[in-house]
Amino acid sequence: MMKTIYTSFEEAVKDIKDYSTIMVGGFGLVGIPENLILALVESKVKHLTVISNNCGVDDWGLGLLLENKQIDKMIGSYVGENKEFERQVLAGELEVELTPQGTLAERIRAGGAGIPAFYTPAGVGTPIAEGKEVRNFDGKDYLMVTGLKADFSLVRAAKGDRLGNLVYNKTARNFNPEIAAAGTTTIAEVEELVDAGTLDPDHIHTPGIYVQGLIEGKQEKRIERLTLRREA
Amino acid sequence: MAVNLDKALVREKIAKRAEREIENGFYVNLGIGMPTMVANYIQEDKEIVLQSENGLVGIGRSPYENEVDPDLINAGKETVTAAVGASYCSSAESFAMIRGEHLDLAILGGMEVSETGNLANWMIPGKMIKGMGGAMDIVHGAKKIVIIMDHVNKHGEPKILKECSLPLTGEGVVDRIITDRAVIDVTDNGLVLVEVAEGWTVQEVVEATGAHLQVSENLLSATF
Repeated sequence: MMKTIYTSFEEAVKDIKDYSTIMVGGFGLVGIPENLILALVESKVKHLTVISNNCGVDDWGLGLLLENKQIDKMIGSYVGENKEFERQVLAGELEVELTPQGTLAERIRAGGAGIPAFYTPAGVGTPIAEGKEVRNFDGKDYLMVTGLKADFSLVRAAKGDRLGNLVYNKTARNFNPEIAAAGTTTIAEVEELVDAGTLDPDHIHTPGIYVQGLIEGKQEKRIERLTLRREA
Repeated sequence: MAVNLDKALVREKIAKRAEREIENGFYVNLGIGMPTMVANYIQEDKEIVLQSENGLVGIGRSPYENEVDPDLINAGKETVTAAVGASYCSSAESFAMIRGEHLDLAILGGMEVSETGNLANWMIPGKMIKGMGGAMDIVHGAKKIVIIMDHVNKHGEPKILKECSLPLTGEGVVDRIITDRAVIDVTDNGLVLVEVAEGWTVQEVVEATGAHLQVSENLLSATF
């Protein structure tokens, strides 16, 4: 078998050691690898650098790792949903690197695509430009930012096959495809694990080359802001 | 004569005026908060596509209870539906289409705007930093950037200034400002007052603005 198919989440995360850099897919609580995160909480691995758009909420997602003080450094774009995050930053327990969301997505894409750095207009003239190279192309200033890689990437997909090919559902795709490509070891939590050949090759979002291990799991899929249409 | 409307009405008034910026056929990104409200007022004769930076091109209406899909949200993390003809993409592709200036228009909220079109809307020093999210990318990404906000802050002080006092989101990025009192364009020659809202005079708008305001020759009054 080319890919490792795990039967327990504990086993799926057992190689993630203290001081590892991990990338975790998701936007808010949508598309997060819920059970892989829970297994990391159980594993008590510490001093993690976590790269993810958000840091969960106080009692779910990456917020659980935060609460357990397992994260030393967080690289993300928006962390405002989490009171414990604020407390740890103010107490000097947590280092944070805020990156514009599009820059974060592209840094991850670049990391997985073998591009060490690139230029983007986002952040020119703002506090995040501090210490970064500015270069002018065709009359416009750009900041140089570096690509990001991780020791482990944890992603969530709707379907995965035994060769690691992944298909995501709706906006649960978000950062997952690029994160899958940027990890030295990528582990995919899938809602449904299927046999190779089941997925239409034309409809695969993440080719299996990026994925080292898979595990099937059942997610809670918590909703942060339930917004309904009022009956007319 | 200054008008006093309650907060919700003021927001509705600004959102309805902002809707007029959207032309038939536009691809539009609406920021979180008041800008999201603009979607409620889009005229039915316009065919437009709303882009959500978390990877949805074609935001639909809010779902009925039986339509809720926890995997389908907008950038404000609210449950939504996908419009007919929508497509999904990854965050990197979503921001590639933003950075690549494929959007016609973005309507965003603001804390301060300067006379050169600098925008501050992401942090207040001394308060906890929540993060800029996608704002710093989006201000460089649409062909036109419209900022909607109150004309003055809760202390009655101007939010349109010679220089922003707050940390910037982007430099020289704003094209137009729509407030509860006026529509102001940012031009190479400075700020130009192009519309005054119902119940306000040019003099009142000028006095409530912390930067030099030229009055357009084609100034329109009581347009909203």
